[in-house]
Amino acid sequence: MGATHYTRTAVALHWLIAGLIIAALFMGWTMTGMAISPQRLKAYNYHKWVGVTVLLLAILRVAWRLKQPAPPLLPMPVLQRFAAHAGHLLLYLLMLVMPVTGWVYSNAAGYPVVYLGRFPLPNLVGRDHALALQWVRVHHVLAFVFAAVIIGHILAALYHHLVMRDGTLRRMLTWRRPDAAVAAGEN
Amino acid sequence: MRTGMKIMAPALMLVSGILMAAPLSVGPATKSTLTATFRQEGVPVESPFTRFSGQIEYDARNPAAASATIEVDMSSFDIGDPAYNDEVARKSWFDSRTYPKAVFKSTSTRPLAANRFEATGQLTLKGHVVPLTVPVTASATAAGTAFDGSFQISRKAFGIGDPTWESVLEDKVTVKFHLVGGR
Repeated sequence: MGATHYTRTAVALHWLIAGLIIAALFMGWTMTGMAISPQRLKAYNYHKWVGVTVLLLAILRVAWRLKQPAPPLLPMPVLQRFAAHAGHLLLYLLMLVMPVTGWVYSNAAGYPVVYLGRFPLPNLVGRDHALALQWVRVHHVLAFVFAAVIIGHILAALYHHLVMRDGTLRRMLTWRRPDAAVAAGEN
Repeated sequence: MRTGMKIMAPALMLVSGILMAAPLSVGPATKSTLTATFRQEGVPVESPFTRFSGQIEYDARNPAAASATIEVDMSSFDIGDPAYNDEVARKSWFDSRTYPKAVFKSTSTRPLAANRFEATGQLTLKGHVVPLTVPVTASATAAGTAFDGSFQISRKAFGIGDPTWESVLEDKVTVKFHLVGGR
């Protein structure tokens, strides 16, 4: 099919999810140190809403990617190719797993997740203090893993752009209808 | 013969327990549970009271004569996090140091159906006395007579709340109970 660009849907989802993940990480970082207050409660709720939104968008994005495969990587050494695929796979996994670990932790701590304060999500586990302590640990550790992988992703993109001077970063910044999609009759 | 006795003994105890109408003791030891569900920004948080006790007089043949007194240790409310449990003990919330116990005492009972009745009484909590009518369903279980029900109260009617939390915490609190009468 010879697609060389990402679809606009893929580009939009990439940047939307990127912004939300960074917001969630930042909120997670600050809210845990807050004193008990309505502000803290709100911060936790908003953090959960952002997390659930990331989960929903990530599911959408994976589904879209299966329907509209990403363009192949630009020419690069085998090791870099492997690192790129591994890194992307890790990012997708974390996008899906990270919100669920928070959801489990919240339920175990006795708090159902009510998306946007209106849509109650099912409880994945019952209230269990010991379980909550385990899952909050998992959630915290994964947050650092996630942050590290994102930093790696950004550095790799900059390396492609500034050192290799190829089109890797540019094609995720290009907002245009890809040729392949046009050929396939997408509108 | 032995197995026959094993089956018969609890059944006899159950039947005599319902017929004799001596006061039943309830509490965590009899597998009873008591929870309060409060809502923060639409999120219902159900948390248990881990210490409470009470006496229930109940005769299935004459439910109108039923009566109950339940005492709840307010410091036993467990939101699941020590910091929050400390917060809820503060003056603006339960003030459980000054008012360690909440008491529900029934004054009259009205039968609704074969195993359902309405208990009217007074709930004393944080120095406020508020009349309360509670629907109760009684059922015979292997562990004893079980009394189930739930009711809503206004926390503000008992002076529970902090102005800074008004925007996120709803006034209505749902209390749910499953009281199993033991002896």
